[in-house]
Amino acid sequence: MTLNADLRVTRGTFTLDLGLTIAPGEVVALLGPNGAGKSTALRALAGLLPLTSGHITVGESTWDGADAFLPAEKRPIGVVFQDYLLFAHMSALENVAFGLRARGTRRDEARAEAARWLGRVGLDGHARTRPRSLSGGQAQRVALARALATGPSLLLLDEPLAALDASTRLQVRSELGRHLADFGGHTLLVTHDPLDAMVLADRLVILEGGRAVQTGPPAEVARQPRTDYVANLVGLNFHRGTASGTEARLDGGSTLTIPRPVDGPVHVVFPPNAVSLHAARPEGSPRNVWPVTVDAIEQHAHTTRVRLDGAPNVLADITTATLADLRLRPGDALWAAVKATELHVYPA
Amino acid sequence: MTRTRVRGRLPVGLVVPAVIGLAFLLVPLAGLLVKTPWTSLSTLLSAEVGEALRLSLVCASLATVLCLFLGVPLAWLLARSGLPGRGFLRALVTVPLVLPPVVGGVALLLVLGRRGLIGEHLDAWFGISLPFTTAGVVVAEAFVAMPFLVISVEGALRAADPRYEEAAATLGASRWLTFRRVTLPSVLPGVVAGAVLCWARALGEFGATITFAGNFPGETTTMPLAVYLALETDPDAAIVLSIVLLLVSVGVLAGLRDRWISGPS
Repeated sequence: MTLNADLRVTRGTFTLDLGLTIAPGEVVALLGPNGAGKSTALRALAGLLPLTSGHITVGESTWDGADAFLPAEKRPIGVVFQDYLLFAHMSALENVAFGLRARGTRRDEARAEAARWLGRVGLDGHARTRPRSLSGGQAQRVALARALATGPSLLLLDEPLAALDASTRLQVRSELGRHLADFGGHTLLVTHDPLDAMVLADRLVILEGGRAVQTGPPAEVARQPRTDYVANLVGLNFHRGTASGTEARLDGGSTLTIPRPVDGPVHVVFPPNAVSLHAARPEGSPRNVWPVTVDAIEQHAHTTRVRLDGAPNVLADITTATLADLRLRPGDALWAAVKATELHVYPA
Repeated sequence: MTRTRVRGRLPVGLVVPAVIGLAFLLVPLAGLLVKTPWTSLSTLLSAEVGEALRLSLVCASLATVLCLFLGVPLAWLLARSGLPGRGFLRALVTVPLVLPPVVGGVALLLVLGRRGLIGEHLDAWFGISLPFTTAGVVVAEAFVAMPFLVISVEGALRAADPRYEEAAATLGASRWLTFRRVTLPSVLPGVVAGAVLCWARALGEFGATITFAGNFPGETTTMPLAVYLALETDPDAAIVLSIVLLLVSVGVLAGLRDRWISGPS
């Protein structure tokens, strides 16, 4: 019962062209910047938007294709919307029971099942509460219970944690992880938060400009980004170039010494904390050293991130002590240094 | 008042017409109250007045029910169906708002009269004749009042977030179930407001009613018709009838005060 989709939707100048396979029990995260087509993909899978071409099949049944379109109310799906869209005039229990009632379950059975689901998400005492009296985290859990109560074969989560504040988010994320682990169907999580995607998903699909630019397990994507967007998400310095031997000529024209000899197009990544900054050109052997100027300085919890212009541009994390030593200001001229052994090089 | 001082004096060019406008609206009502023969009020509340009032209330209520039955689905069609030419339809729906009610009555006669386009068949096949009957009063009032309901409900529907309906669809609800359980409850205040406006308009309906339903005491003589008739023969009775209508109208306004009168101050 694998979900197999070839989602092609054209709207004006925007085109979504995304192949997607989700195995039963698998959680796939669709990660991408705003306007990448994530919501379009989710709406197409939900049946709220017909495909321009392509298909959606689950096992033997076709949800969308050349000569078949199953509208949303006929698809065995559950959706958790970004702002939950709980029905304001119904209690939490009635919200959760709504899907069961709509699919023909008898009233008392639907209410009993809804009550069990509220218990499962830890909202036992809130059956009669109206959505406007629920906290953000509680509303999110009601929305999850409502989506799961009908026993869907596809669960669609649209930025399910985006509306929560930071402290609630952490807790709700781990609860959501537990419910997803128990859920036997297919799950697609749409998010622009890399942390949500890394923690909750078995596999990431990175969507940019309507196309999948990278797909793989979270650890692999985090270690070997293939686009600037992904590198930025996971906080790595990222450069494209062409290697010959132990030298990589980057697209910007500069060169870096790499740890092992390779030939052909490569990606070169290194973490910002592998970059050291010096007021004068440092001495010493196999190091990459180049002049840079300070563009911007951002203070984080325990480190300071310095954005530097040079050939190539680079992000450096330095300690507060170094910051004090160098007395950095935007426009200052410095030397950046990275050991060749800190560079991670892989074929493009 | 501190605000007035900070921002300068109120401009005379606005205040003077505003006060005249207010007087223009309120003085006739005050005059009605002043001229009312309060002492002999009870003797003037005759059986005919009671009859006309009962008929008015029943007809206006039936017309409102008819408008709800037809107008709410029509509002839904205009707001949600994605039908082509909705803008044109919406304009057509509002025509009875601007049409002189007498013209509406003539139009109803032409269509539903005994020789009318549809009336002919109603009479021949079912023996139903609407003109000059109590049912005719209801039809005339509904014709004039329904646009108020449709516009109010459509406005509420257009303000309501359609994504809730999408959420209902993903939960397996058909469009009919979604309408009943999700859409309608969320626009209920708009429906109520529209129904009250519609009812008040039907209650005061004169032109279309007298044209289409005529003036038969006990059958089609509603309060506004009775007022007009009484004015010629017994002015005091006309005043009493007017006072009764005024009280009913004020009652309706009071019922709607949260929505329409106490706007942002």
